[in-house]
Amino acid sequence: MRTAILGARVIDPSSNLDQVVDLFIDGGKLVAIGQTPVGFVAEKIINAQGLVAAPGLVDLSVALREPGYSRKGSIASETLAAAAGGVTSLCCPPFTKPVLDTPAVAELILDRAREAGHTKVFPIGALSKDLAGEQLAELVALRDAGCVAFGDGLDTFRSTRTLRRALEYAATFDLTVIFHSQDHDLAEGGLAHEGATASFLGLAGIPETAETVALARDLLLVEQSGVRAHFSQLTSARGAQQIAEAQARGLPVTADVALYQLILTDEALSDFSSLYHVQPPLRTRADRDGLRAAVKSGVISAIASHHQPHERDAKLAPFGATEPGISSVQLLLPLAMSLVEDGLLDLPTLLARLSSGPAQALRLPAGRLSVGTAADLLLFDPQASTLAGESWHSKGANCPFIGHCLPGAVRYTLVDGRISYQA
Amino acid sequence: MTPMDAKRPLQLNDQGQLRHFLSLDGLPRELLTEILDTADSFLEVGARSVKKVPLLRGKTVCNVFFENSTRTRTTFELAAQRLSADVITLNVSTSSTSKGETLFDTLRNLEAMAADIFVVRHADSGAAHFIAEHVCPNLAIINGGDGRHAHPTQGMLDMLTIRRHKGGFEKLSVAIVGDILHSRVARSNMLALKTLGCPDIRVIAPKTLLPVGIEQYGVTVYSDLAAGLKDVDVVIMLRLQRERMTGGLLPSEGEFYRLFGLTEQRLALAKPDALVMHPGPINRGVEIESAVADGPQSVILNQVTYGIAVRMAVLSMAMSGQNAQRQLNQEAEESN
Repeated sequence: MRTAILGARVIDPSSNLDQVVDLFIDGGKLVAIGQTPVGFVAEKIINAQGLVAAPGLVDLSVALREPGYSRKGSIASETLAAAAGGVTSLCCPPFTKPVLDTPAVAELILDRAREAGHTKVFPIGALSKDLAGEQLAELVALRDAGCVAFGDGLDTFRSTRTLRRALEYAATFDLTVIFHSQDHDLAEGGLAHEGATASFLGLAGIPETAETVALARDLLLVEQSGVRAHFSQLTSARGAQQIAEAQARGLPVTADVALYQLILTDEALSDFSSLYHVQPPLRTRADRDGLRAAVKSGVISAIASHHQPHERDAKLAPFGATEPGISSVQLLLPLAMSLVEDGLLDLPTLLARLSSGPAQALRLPAGRLSVGTAADLLLFDPQASTLAGESWHSKGANCPFIGHCLPGAVRYTLVDGRISYQA
Repeated sequence: MTPMDAKRPLQLNDQGQLRHFLSLDGLPRELLTEILDTADSFLEVGARSVKKVPLLRGKTVCNVFFENSTRTRTTFELAAQRLSADVITLNVSTSSTSKGETLFDTLRNLEAMAADIFVVRHADSGAAHFIAEHVCPNLAIINGGDGRHAHPTQGMLDMLTIRRHKGGFEKLSVAIVGDILHSRVARSNMLALKTLGCPDIRVIAPKTLLPVGIEQYGVTVYSDLAAGLKDVDVVIMLRLQRERMTGGLLPSEGEFYRLFGLTEQRLALAKPDALVMHPGPINRGVEIESAVADGPQSVILNQVTYGIAVRMAVLSMAMSGQNAQRQLNQEAEESN
């Protein structure tokens, strides 16, 4: 299929391209930017005047809920929601049932994702068997089955000694480890950021030190083991500062933040709405500002949805009895565009944090527009707006942004030159 | 992005009357005063030989206790009976939830039995809010204590106790002593005192028993009991749970008593006519000396008596506010 995309403002952060040019796609690859290739006869022409063409978004954490939790979501439903949010490549975390700690589970996910065909899927494998933090998962077999990185999520290793060995083993094979640094003990029983809001509501707190103490330990272990590391879901300004200091002393670590952490604060909890129950928790305005600054400076090079769809019942209980998480991947582009609208980031920087930044963090073959690479791209109208929830593909409606009018609207998402979503 | 739209306060109806009683947060001073005035009038009922008024005749009050309670449960039962309501009490901690039924389903079933008012106690902060917002918005929901969050009828019975013995709040110094962190009573008391105009609210506790951000309540923090008690008019002691000794919150009951226990000697630092209050059950020799608990300044048993009147006030006011809202909704429907 030969496709021509005419008249779009093409922004490719990785090559500093930002101009109105035509794009030509053939055989699933981008074959030219600008001049029509000799002999190119388009079978499909997309008139993209007024639209922005950008690398398809790369989301480092989208829970697909399969296998094991089909009441919350399916690979087909959640990847379609992702495509509608402008995503062409996504990583899915290992919290499935059974856990993604065997090649069979990785293969099952990849097969179903291919069958659905909405986005490319790159699984993240468990670092330890059954996420129990005791025995290592078969990391190399998982890599060979397609896992791009390994992590145990917030279920971090209880034993620092075992964690250290896991990092050394991963380093042997140049595997990337993903940390969600939160000290178990300090966070134990907590439901919300330890601060005025949680105190007022009588919710047990998770102190900032739950993140920073664990981060300090993890960064030192990364330094010692030499493992490739990515720090996911930062929540605190001080945590971002720790990453900046580590990068400044030459440690090749990257970091991401959940998009909702750049928008919401713990004040949102004031009427006990379980829609705002997330783990790790929403923190203060000062933390949000610190995270925003770190995104702007590039210390945090990736913004991810950390999409966690839930069935209705999971959120229908008193706050502490509800399951944490927000379903938001379908709003990735328009929610992120609100950061541009609010003057916090310019458009190319935002797109970098949503494409080339995350792709480089996990060495994914994605996140840029250049001749010869896969034609994974996104066309959106920056002047239009999206009424969140007007159409909804995720099985989880647990999204506090539903009903909000957000800036920007996805028009087309293309994966390997094929239209995977069209508004 | 547009912020969340401002909602009508969950516990008030369109005319600003109480329809649920979930927390003292956001309730205006006039409403708290109305509760106290109404409770005052019900105190007379309790003193009569026939202790009943027909305000809730034909209504069903359902006490649903997911957590153990003696005082709160029985005083709610008595309050409902004195208002001529039919009363059932369920200790759910020992029935449905152990069979895996959710809070949502348990309450929906009770609602189907045509209950009019739920009094709910639950270990999760925000449980009463959840029920009023998502489970049974058309019943009057009374919070009988939710987690660490709120115990608003206890707060109001404490205010009634203070007002009946001290006349008002505007010139008082009130000290709250002990485990503030885990206490829904302390949170409700701090809010009530602030709203009612108490100029000097003190909390006295070690750092391990104070919530972060306690300043938001407009209180002064003391770690020294003697300094905190100096010239106060009211001392509210809080119960110290035995399990606080594990996990490093406190070294021992003995050390806590030595530093924060209320003895006659320490009470002497307060004003001579200072009241001693405690929400119960008391731990003699842990937070309070027997001589003080049973002494002339103690109003601990008066609090229990007043508790019935306050609960009668809240039950009748919430029912009437809920009825008024129903009528408003009906009229609105008919005019559509």
